[in-house]
Amino acid sequence: MITAERKPMAEIKAMLEPYRKILVVGCGSCVAECASGGEKEVGLLASALRMDAQMEGRTIEVQEMTLDRQCVYEFIDKLTGVVDRYDVVLSLGCGAGVQAVAEVFPDAFIVPALNTTFIGETKEPGVWIENCRACGDCKLGYFAAVCPVTRCAKGLFNGPCGGSKNGVCEVDPDTPCAWQLIVERLEKAGRTDLLEAFYPPADWSKQQGKGPRKIQREDQRSES
Amino acid sequence: MKVDSNLKNVLTKDIFAVTAECGPPKGADPGIIQKKGDILKDYTDSVNVTDNQTGVVRLSSMAACAILRQGGLDPVLQMVTRDRNRIALQSDILGASALGIRNILCLSGDHQSFGNQQQAKGVFDIDSVQLIHTVRQMRDLGQIIGGEALSEPPKLFIGAVANPFADPFDYRVIRLGKKVAAGAEFIQTQCIYNLKRFKEWMEQVRERGLDKKVYILGGVTPLKSARMAEYMSKQVAGMDVPDDIIDRMKGVEPKEQRREGIKIAVETIMALKYMEGVHGVHIMAIEWEDIVPQIVEEAGLYPRPKISEE
Repeated sequence: MITAERKPMAEIKAMLEPYRKILVVGCGSCVAECASGGEKEVGLLASALRMDAQMEGRTIEVQEMTLDRQCVYEFIDKLTGVVDRYDVVLSLGCGAGVQAVAEVFPDAFIVPALNTTFIGETKEPGVWIENCRACGDCKLGYFAAVCPVTRCAKGLFNGPCGGSKNGVCEVDPDTPCAWQLIVERLEKAGRTDLLEAFYPPADWSKQQGKGPRKIQREDQRSES
Repeated sequence: MKVDSNLKNVLTKDIFAVTAECGPPKGADPGIIQKKGDILKDYTDSVNVTDNQTGVVRLSSMAACAILRQGGLDPVLQMVTRDRNRIALQSDILGASALGIRNILCLSGDHQSFGNQQQAKGVFDIDSVQLIHTVRQMRDLGQIIGGEALSEPPKLFIGAVANPFADPFDYRVIRLGKKVAAGAEFIQTQCIYNLKRFKEWMEQVRERGLDKKVYILGGVTPLKSARMAEYMSKQVAGMDVPDDIIDRMKGVEPKEQRREGIKIAVETIMALKYMEGVHGVHIMAIEWEDIVPQIVEEAGLYPRPKISEE
């Protein structure tokens, strides 16, 4: 899933400063899963904004809404007729959600409440870790399902750097050395032959070669 | 191919080689490099210039190597993949050769989060093994990555590093093998304080026959103080300073600790000199380059041979 964290309140307040009528829009997918932008967080943030305004003697109007998905036009449609009644939309979607809403409502002013962080997994309740950079050329099959692009601080393809000690990364002692994991998993699988192989320079053009990426599947496109 | 690297000439003549490290200044003063070069010139076969070590901005390695070359030294250009993509790296490889630099040491580099530009975007477009392979292809096939031909290949003796003290230990020799297969011709190791572990690693190196395929130079860093030993042991990634070394440094008066550090360095070099498969020593006297002549002399490695270019 896409993970995100709420921006500091001061930054959110600064972005909303010129506006009185605020529509707070959450997203029920990834950011709800990682407890940063779902219905609950929308409620909390909206209340905090109202309380804040009250304490400072300002009058504001805050409306809450949470879409099932903020990155799919069918769901965004639910905002039709609502958005124009507000000065600003405070989106608790990921970066894709914020931009999709802006795409559908070209005349609305949208600001993000979250910092979109990474593609990751839920390690345990309240802990999420990054494990995919969406490089567009998955090599997990050679690296025992541990991504060196993401989980090695230097993104090394041909073994650990000289800083790996006691199984942890030199950059952050709370992070396991990805290459230690790769070596251990390949040993267990009896595939140490994969450690001897030379991996040539990656093709980053699949990630960032030509600006934003697009997938177009003719079999999935509607007739209209 | 023929490369008029003094380091290569010494190693191919089976002479125990001496290289030293030279850290460039945090400024634009060429005099500092010239001064360090003058100190090291007669006591080494080749001098490495670090490439923004520990992610700290310094005078460029290539510029410093060119200055050393003007002073009659044989520099080793250290090149890290942290700061430049494959276009910039290959361009600098050609530039170095054009400037008369004849040795290159390929590394990934210390992570930028340790330096003074922690907000920098680390590049790491390619890794150190891929860089070695790239230089080798440029030199021997006259090709850049992707196969396009060069009008003139670079002339470089290709080096890499090995850290026998990092984990996972058994993988270390596999990684060395990969670097050799990719095209490394000489290896400079991380600083050796744990001789026992280094010997174990060398055994694995010999078992795989790698000492016959690559020249190995053991890394030596003289300790200045017990505090430095403790700092390196605890704070520096990939360093292995055993307790007995720290205790030995602590066991002498603070004003005698430099002397003790030099003694340990000399003893380590003597041990390396007689270790099968070790072809030389790489002295990394961090901001203490002026001690190198004394260490080289005490280790019985002075004078350095004068090899005529063939």
